[in-house]
Amino acid sequence: MEEIWHGLVKAIQLIVTLDPEVMGITGRSLAISASACLIASVVCLPLGGLIHFYRFPGKRVLTNLIQTFYSMPTVVVGLLVFLLFSRSGSLGGLGLLFTPTVMVIGQVILVAPLMLGLTISALSGVDRVIPDTARSLGASNWQAVGVIIREARFAVIAAVILGFGRAISEVGLALMVGGNIRGFTRVLTTAISLETGKGDIELSIALGIILIIIALIINIALNQIQQRRA
Amino acid sequence: MILIETVDLCQSFNGRTILKNINLKVERGEALAVIGPTGSGKTTLLRLIGLLDLPASGRIYFTGTDVTASGRAGLDTRRRMAFVLQKPVVFNTSVYDNIAYGLKWRGGKGGQRQQEVDHVLETVDLAACRNRNARTLSGGEAQRVAIARAIISGPEVLLLDEPTANLDPLSTAKIEEVINNIRHQHQTTIIMATHDMSQGQRLADRVGVLLNGEIVQTGGWHEVFQAPDNRDVAEFVGMENFIAGAIASSQDGMVAVKVGDRVIEAISHYPAGATVSACLRPEDVTLFLSPVSSSARNSFVGEITRVVSSGPLSRIEIDCRFPLVALVTRRSAEELNLEKGKKVYATFKATAVHVMKREEASS
Repeated sequence: MEEIWHGLVKAIQLIVTLDPEVMGITGRSLAISASACLIASVVCLPLGGLIHFYRFPGKRVLTNLIQTFYSMPTVVVGLLVFLLFSRSGSLGGLGLLFTPTVMVIGQVILVAPLMLGLTISALSGVDRVIPDTARSLGASNWQAVGVIIREARFAVIAAVILGFGRAISEVGLALMVGGNIRGFTRVLTTAISLETGKGDIELSIALGIILIIIALIINIALNQIQQRRA
Repeated sequence: MILIETVDLCQSFNGRTILKNINLKVERGEALAVIGPTGSGKTTLLRLIGLLDLPASGRIYFTGTDVTASGRAGLDTRRRMAFVLQKPVVFNTSVYDNIAYGLKWRGGKGGQRQQEVDHVLETVDLAACRNRNARTLSGGEAQRVAIARAIISGPEVLLLDEPTANLDPLSTAKIEEVINNIRHQHQTTIIMATHDMSQGQRLADRVGVLLNGEIVQTGGWHEVFQAPDNRDVAEFVGMENFIAGAIASSQDGMVAVKVGDRVIEAISHYPAGATVSACLRPEDVTLFLSPVSSSARNSFVGEITRVVSSGPLSRIEIDCRFPLVALVTRRSAEELNLEKGKKVYATFKATAVHVMKREEASS
């Protein structure tokens, strides 16, 4: 008990004094997950729109498949990306393994199903009459799509934020393809798991507190958005 | 000049036929009401004419050009029309932006746009709500926003699907006034769907009766109300009395219809011997307590079997050795002290009777 208390006090000291090591890890974590989130959004929002608007055979199966991947284990994605980018893998020649770049790629793959699925359900939540109304007022099909995304904007933003939450809190993938290299690919979650193993409790607790604060901020943001919707 | 023409338009969903061979012609500047009960296909028809859906088969011509297949021509035509859907949804933004959308999509210029929006806001009497979120409006106000954003672009054709469904009488009157103003100021062609015949009469000059996916009769109001083509139309337009009989004599357009031991005089050309129904609107029957000499050619003594009052009107069912329903004002029902068992003289003009051929099976 005393050990935890001691660790907590030291941890708060580390945060308050803006310890360069702690800040560096936090900044890297945010940067990698934010990039992943941005790239995934650029791909998933229009793609989700396409899937929502076009009728095609197997649409329901595809949607179910996407939802299944919401809870895809991070280590499975890690394994996949590792195999792709390892020396003998098909993308091994790029030499990206154990770099922040490959971590971003992995996280994009990880959060894409979540963002895609939530975008689709956000768009389905829009009154079916909205696109009809737009078209009846002279909107082209693409202009009608724009109206629907605008109507669903709060739910779509929620999808993006949830994606970011999943990206920043995962550890398996970051460890497997990032390698937890100090000052290069070490992020919040990998640092916590490593430092705890090494017995450096105070750094772990400090990073843990930061991670919780980030989660808290994400939650507050989500709540705010959902309230505006109502 | 024919503005819109549909040729053998059919629509079906999941193998169920909704519309069958709709052939309609709408002149420029005309107001046509499509009337029919709920589920008869009015909305489906308007959606096809508004180029929102593709028909299963058949064609739609706009000023003589085939615009059925969607694409550039379809979009251009759609932009010359405006459609107020039955259940208006407003976009989750200000009233002003909701209305401005209608212009933006049709390529209105920014500065000019603002003036036009403000002007149309005055027209529909919503200037005070300009900056409110449209989702906070009442049903009648939302409907006026829907109409405002439809008319702002000055469409050549205005399609209205039950424009006042679920609205209170005051909002209804306001919206009808707006529609009438648009029509008279801009000679806008109007096609509206309604199940409210009195509204159709107030707003349109021609009517098409849609029953079970088929246009069964088109014509002026008087024609459809007084001379429906068949019993279904007759029932829908409010004829309640269908008295089965046979033509006893026919001369110079006047016939005597024998109903049991009574004879109803009517205007018709059916020959003697034809089995017919004498159809009569209940409001065309006048009731007296004693025999009167009036210009009406038909007067039958009978006994009241039932009196039902609703609102300002009373519905009187009479047994004149054939059943007859009369509609009188509640006030006169009270003044004449009409009640069950009372003897009355039911009187109606020969011109009020519409004689219709009777098919044995349906009678």
